[in-house]
Amino acid sequence: MSSTSLATAVRPAPGQDTDLLIDVQDLHVHFPTGAGPVHAVRGISLQVRRGETVAVVGESGSGKSVTSRALVGLAGPHARVEAARLHVGGQDAGRFTERDWQRVRGAEIGLVLQDALGSLDPLRTVEQEVGEALRRHGTLSRWDRRGRRAAVEELLAAAGIPDPAVRSRQYPHELSGGLRQRALIASALAGGPSLLIADEPTTALDVTVQAQILDLLAQRKRDGLGLLLVSHDLAVVAAVADRVLVVSGGEVVEEGPVADVIGAPAHPYTRTLLSAIPSAGSRGRRLSPDRAPLPERSIDVDAPVVVADGLGKSFRRRGGAIHAVRDVSLTISRGETLGLVGESGSGKSTVARLLLGLTRPDTGTVRFPGAERPGAGPQLVPQDAFGSFDPRYPVGAVVAEGLGHLDRTRRRARVVELLDQVGLPASVAERYPRQLSGGQRQRVAIARAIGPRPRLLVCDEPVSALDVSVQAQVLDLLAELQAELGTAVLFVSHDLGVVHHVSDRVLVMRHGEIVESGPVQRVFRAPAHPYTELLLDSLPPAVRPIRPPHAPVPEPGATS
Amino acid sequence: MIVLDRAGRAAARSQPAQRPRRRVRREQLPVLAASGVLVLVGAMALVPGAFTAADPILADPIATLRPPGAEHPFGTDLLGRDVWARVVHGARHSLFIGLTATVLALLVGVLLGLAAGVGHRYLDEFVSRVFDVLGAFPELLLALLFISLAGTGTANLIIAIGIAAAPRYGRVVRAETLAVRNAGYVEQAALLGIGAWARALRHVLPNALGTIPILATLGLGSAIISAAGLGFLGFGPQPPLPEWGSLLAEGRNYLRIGWWLGVFPGLAITVTVVATAVVGGHLQRRFERRNSL
Amino acid sequence: MTAQTGVTAALRRERVRVVSATVLRKLLSGVVVLWAAVTLTFFSVHLAPGDPVTLLMGENITPEFRAAVIADWQLDQPLWQQYLSHLLRIASGDLGTSFVQQQPVNAVLGARLWPTVALTAAAVVVAVGLAVAGALLTAGRPRWMVALPSTLELVLASVPSFWLGILLLTAFSFQFALFPVAGTEGVRALVLPALTLALPLAAVLSQVMRGGLERALEQPFAVTARSRGVSPWEVRTRHGLRHSLLPAVTLTGWAVGGLLNGTVITEQVFGRPGLGQATVQAVTQQDIPVVLAVVLLSVVFYVVVSTVVDLLYLLVDPRLRRSGT
Repeated sequence: MSSTSLATAVRPAPGQDTDLLIDVQDLHVHFPTGAGPVHAVRGISLQVRRGETVAVVGESGSGKSVTSRALVGLAGPHARVEAARLHVGGQDAGRFTERDWQRVRGAEIGLVLQDALGSLDPLRTVEQEVGEALRRHGTLSRWDRRGRRAAVEELLAAAGIPDPAVRSRQYPHELSGGLRQRALIASALAGGPSLLIADEPTTALDVTVQAQILDLLAQRKRDGLGLLLVSHDLAVVAAVADRVLVVSGGEVVEEGPVADVIGAPAHPYTRTLLSAIPSAGSRGRRLSPDRAPLPERSIDVDAPVVVADGLGKSFRRRGGAIHAVRDVSLTISRGETLGLVGESGSGKSTVARLLLGLTRPDTGTVRFPGAERPGAGPQLVPQDAFGSFDPRYPVGAVVAEGLGHLDRTRRRARVVELLDQVGLPASVAERYPRQLSGGQRQRVAIARAIGPRPRLLVCDEPVSALDVSVQAQVLDLLAELQAELGTAVLFVSHDLGVVHHVSDRVLVMRHGEIVESGPVQRVFRAPAHPYTELLLDSLPPAVRPIRPPHAPVPEPGATS
Repeated sequence: MIVLDRAGRAAARSQPAQRPRRRVRREQLPVLAASGVLVLVGAMALVPGAFTAADPILADPIATLRPPGAEHPFGTDLLGRDVWARVVHGARHSLFIGLTATVLALLVGVLLGLAAGVGHRYLDEFVSRVFDVLGAFPELLLALLFISLAGTGTANLIIAIGIAAAPRYGRVVRAETLAVRNAGYVEQAALLGIGAWARALRHVLPNALGTIPILATLGLGSAIISAAGLGFLGFGPQPPLPEWGSLLAEGRNYLRIGWWLGVFPGLAITVTVVATAVVGGHLQRRFERRNSL
Repeated sequence: MTAQTGVTAALRRERVRVVSATVLRKLLSGVVVLWAAVTLTFFSVHLAPGDPVTLLMGENITPEFRAAVIADWQLDQPLWQQYLSHLLRIASGDLGTSFVQQQPVNAVLGARLWPTVALTAAAVVVAVGLAVAGALLTAGRPRWMVALPSTLELVLASVPSFWLGILLLTAFSFQFALFPVAGTEGVRALVLPALTLALPLAAVLSQVMRGGLERALEQPFAVTARSRGVSPWEVRTRHGLRHSLLPAVTLTGWAVGGLLNGTVITEQVFGRPGLGQATVQAVTQQDIPVVLAVVLLSVVFYVVVSTVVDLLYLLVDPRLRRSGT
């Protein structure tokens, strides 16, 4: 590594290009682990200029987050960070001491992490958190509390927070997710940095809030802020970025202007990522690059599998009841997928639990017409597959739990068969869920759910915790299995793209009520309710379904 | 090479760090040593004759207050008795009381905790209140109260220590049961048509009681300390019977002339209790590793 | 602006409401625990095998004495009436009479109160100080730096306090004669007993606080604070320290019990004439009224301390101030 250190020693700090906020060449980050050093970042180079938005896109483990932290000198105590050049705000950060970094952090570069609730100290008020950067970098005296308070309120107002005087006295847990993210952005901008690094700034947010946060960032960019956006979501990136770097395995596989990369991806990995995004245009096709058509499904509208009528459920809380679900009625036919979409707190998960019988309704009924065979009640594919496995059970026992009606040898054979159906080798049966990857665990959960041959499968955010490419595989698998088994599916998700991709009909929920329902193409292309319209308008343009980029695909089994 | 940063722990932790094989072995060294200590102390309690030929009770007027040496590794006391022999023979009492009191505490605590955890809301409320009230009594004082009402004696000591420790176990078991009862895998079992009893036996009990070995190991240590503490205060087995606590009480009076009288019995207690803590901590880490990603 | 002040005032009112509701709930449950403790001790005397008078007084007593005991405990009344007047008497602060020492229990214990209070207070201050320093200095440090302190903590947390006291005596009173062997005179006599009581407490507190601090330093907000230019040490003190206190709250009950257990033992080791020594004497002499009174006092102490600690946690953790939980 002596050559790189020589390179830094020789090269003078650039004073010519003052618009260049960050300039990193050949960045490497190593982490020592027991299994040997992990080379997390392998030679990433990037530059961000004033008023420019550069996006780094990749899946988990791609090294994108490590890169963003290395740029502020926070890659971790054990990280070994090397670069041929690392210039921050025109200074050679390769020679920075911890003190130099402290001078630069917050004042030259701001950092916004994904989880706004976790990124704000829960024991401190918004004012204290936002004021921290002011204490460190501001021109105000350390003791000028009144001046700092005014400055904080100004920052909060600039971040689009109403009633800043009230909000600044509140604690993070007292704010909504959107306000929290705004407060976090305000705190990152408090020291007046010219570059903001945002690591997945909208990932945990509802789609309407996501749109607002992206607006805020775009507005700051117009004011001259440089933005380095780290994200897994190409669609979000397409909406705000000027240039994009696609990273995989710690390396940049493709980079260029956002329109070029998304419009004409050159690298196979970029194509895989793009084709994995479920949307209106992907309906009826696989989410793999070949976009092969999915097997036809037949929907038997005369054979309803589940009929729910007038469901209502409220939970008692101190200071009144919360109506989680109000007057929800639905029917799902054999072979049909009903999408249930809504933002957090809309009551969609409660509806799922009511159908499963895990929660008793206050009012209304759930019937399963024609369910004579016992043990074939509705089954669940949950979001948190790991939490749904008994930690003492190997995979084989997990899958076999619902097969109690079979004798030992038939049960064993059936477990192997089920694992094969979800694309897992039989050897997985002996392993424990904690030894599997997230995608494999979700497959195990699916195998367990289809084991007793249920007539209804409830999928509650089954792919929300997965990477895009893994999500694509799991969605493809679910579609194939459904076509093969003719199961009715209730698909609960916050992700409109996923719901549009998988559903035949859709219910849109808000505040415990169904605001709109109908065939998914009709509802998402010509929404009748203003809330549905708002949801769809909040989607990044790349996945907004109004004008599908692909030729319309005939509805599978729409006419039967 | 430019080393940019050596601070900020979070990023490194978010890396999928593999546990090193070699370090696991080095980490296991204290656990092995501690388990060895416990086995050794257990053996002392069962066959003290294998560790010392000297009589722990017979006085030897010629060899009084000898400092530790080749003949008497822990020295001798005021009556010329071999301190090593008294410590070895004392293991029986301390360990017996510690073990039986722990078993009693576990029985009471686990049963009440389970009842509260799986039972009706009112039962839970009642049992929790009982734990609250019992928990408000300092263990030693509760034991002293019991002894002053019921008198000393080994059985009373065991009951006193056991009852005093029971709420500790009960609270943990109740909390674990409540958590497991709402776990995703219990709901899944219900969906798969597994009945309530089968669910309780297959999933709730084994997972809720998974912490019992940990509790028991750590509890054994504190029960040994409680037993020795009562012995120190003079409520244990009466002299000349050797018991770790009363050995220390005797030693306390002769510290000026024989430091070894106060040091070695205490060392025996401490080494034993540290061993239980090390083994318990190891079990706990293993349990947590198994139950998390 | 007025609308905002209105909202701020509403916010403050809401917080005051939640805090006062918590205070009330804590006090109420404290009263319930106290009542249950009094009831338990009362019936334990009456349900213990044998004649209560013999239990309270021993075998050899004169008829006059017997009459005095019966009068004092109203043993000639029906049980429920005895119970009621017992409750009333305790509520009025009268803890009864010690027949062994022939004086009111209040007088017996009152004379012994101060040395115990001084000992416990000194021990708490020392323990908390040591624990905070230990946690701040060792949290998140490399393995080799923490190895020694954490081993020390493990040993100190396991060592029986009577042996720790004996070791300290052997070293600092007999070998070096720095501190007196026994007694309560002067601050020097307090040093070794307070250390004996404080070290195990400090060890456990420090273990737990370090865990809390390390978890806090791994949270995104710690990285975020660093990204604002805050120094690592400031992240520890300004952010981490409060978080390190959170897991310690679960130790309150254990710590209070441990302190009271510890005073009994420590006073015995160092010959301090405090409540603990009085307890041991009373148990030895079968002076049941004194034993009962000490047990009740310790429950009162427990209830008061845990209530105060719970309220302090409302200050530390605003999330607990949320209404509803």
